[in-house]
Amino acid sequence: MSEVETSIILLSAKVALTAILFALPVAFLAAWLLARREFPGKSLLQALVTLPLVLPPVVTGYGLLVLFGSRGPIGRVLDAAFGFSFAFRWTGAALAAGLMAFPLLVRPIRLSLEAVDRGLEEASATLGASRLMIFATVTLPLSLPGVMAGATLGFAKALGEFGATITFVSNIPGETQTLSLAIYSLLQTPAGDAAALRLILASVLIALAAVLASEWVARRLKGRASP
Amino acid sequence: MNQLEVDVTGSAGRFAIRAAFGAGPGVTALFGRSGAGKTTILKMIAGTIRPGVGRIAAGGRVFLDTKRGIDLSPQSRNVGFVFQDGRLFPHLSVQRNLTYARWAGRRRATRRFEEIVALLGLETLLDRFPETLSGGERQRVAIGRALLAEPEILLMDEPLSSLDRQRRGEILPYLEAVAGEARIPVIYVSHEPEEVMRLADHVVVIEDGRVVQTGTPADVLGGAGASYARANDAPVALIDGRVAAFHEDGETVEVAVGSSVMELPGADMRPGNRVRLRIDASEVALATRCHEELSIRNQLPCRITRVESRGPVTDVAMDFEGQTIFARVTSRSARLLRLSPGQEIVALVRAVSVERMRSGQ
Repeated sequence: MSEVETSIILLSAKVALTAILFALPVAFLAAWLLARREFPGKSLLQALVTLPLVLPPVVTGYGLLVLFGSRGPIGRVLDAAFGFSFAFRWTGAALAAGLMAFPLLVRPIRLSLEAVDRGLEEASATLGASRLMIFATVTLPLSLPGVMAGATLGFAKALGEFGATITFVSNIPGETQTLSLAIYSLLQTPAGDAAALRLILASVLIALAAVLASEWVARRLKGRASP
Repeated sequence: MNQLEVDVTGSAGRFAIRAAFGAGPGVTALFGRSGAGKTTILKMIAGTIRPGVGRIAAGGRVFLDTKRGIDLSPQSRNVGFVFQDGRLFPHLSVQRNLTYARWAGRRRATRRFEEIVALLGLETLLDRFPETLSGGERQRVAIGRALLAEPEILLMDEPLSSLDRQRRGEILPYLEAVAGEARIPVIYVSHEPEEVMRLADHVVVIEDGRVVQTGTPADVLGGAGASYARANDAPVALIDGRVAAFHEDGETVEVAVGSSVMELPGADMRPGNRVRLRIDASEVALATRCHEELSIRNQLPCRITRVESRGPVTDVAMDFEGQTIFARVTSRSARLLRLSPGQEIVALVRAVSVERMRSGQ
């Protein structure tokens, strides 16, 4: 495998991991709101969370470009305030990947939060635990299997994201050209087949490793309850 | 003085609650049918359900006073709550469950961990996880966890109801040990007369969210007139006494009840033990005077307080040292002996069982 191919794999991993790292807390909050709270506009939030799943990825990417591009309303503010830009940079690829993975993160977390026995939280309160401690010692550990499932699913999605990424940050080698984009480009090139195949194999292996790792963690989490 | 005072009005779901009662040290049973609102009242004391209007105070601290706008959070009420279904944390070991209030709840440790573990026989369970425990073991851990939360009141919500009959028998001695050494009020919710008779010092009967009767277990459950005695069963008397001495033969104990003495076999008792004796009315015969030549040793001087005919049999309620004892005799005997209220009589007690024993002052 060539140096370029290795760097493509590393870039993809960086983009996908960054995407999940930032999307996970937000997804948890959204899942918690959907599972535990009643508020006006809840169905709207539910719809917004699902949107990236049902919209054509190109549309999502275009939306990002309009909002976060160098001339978009949010992009301009970020640039002016922090000198930070998503446009045509790997951070933009991460934003696109995180957004596309978001619905896949929220759903399993929400389901596992709904499955947490509220009676255990009540018991925790009578034992003197503050709300924060109840969350840290009961709610979070008991919903961890859902968090793991969501994170794995989201990581796989982020790794393979194509449409929104290419629309938002284009296909720039070394900056925004992730695995899927590189495979696509190589398949357009006359002599690219062999390199494309190597990258395809790499992406299969990475996805497989992620799923196996998540299964292993899930087993460990479960194993704690029955040693 | 009452250590716990409750006066609450409100509703939770389908229950309308309007209840006022007090509880001193020892075990107070909230007794009533399922669905009477007992658990709701318990949760109002714990602070996980809020009554519309009311006042709850315990140990000199006001938990709730809607007039003054006081409503302490469950966290700061310092109660120990034992739930019907245990509610152990499945992801934590028994040890971590037991000490939960200390590491997650920041409750000060005033009771030694080892002491509670020994009291409830948990020594071998500490490294296990709740999933691997039997129902009875789980409930013992749940009781230990509540005790280790340094509670000022212990609230128990039918802790035996999720267990089968045999497991209940296993847990009851532990509950008795907890009740016997508790320096705090224990509120025990139950719909089982047997449990209440064995554990409670005081009973508050709840019906449709209201207090309909309060009294000793004997008043509420034992008497012929008690609404909760099973209709056609002979009434049961519960007599509280104290082990005074061993008889010279070493196998008979003398139990002092007021200024009278009862005898019963009991090699495992110690002088000073407080005992609750159970006497079934069908085991009591009546005589107009004492008889030296009878095998029955417990011949108790009583005064008849009530005579109630039930067809062929007659239930007689008598005052014995300020406590009530019952006899069921044939109505023919009752007529021949001319039994009537106020009359002095001797109760010949054939069989006495020990309902409860506590070591104690």
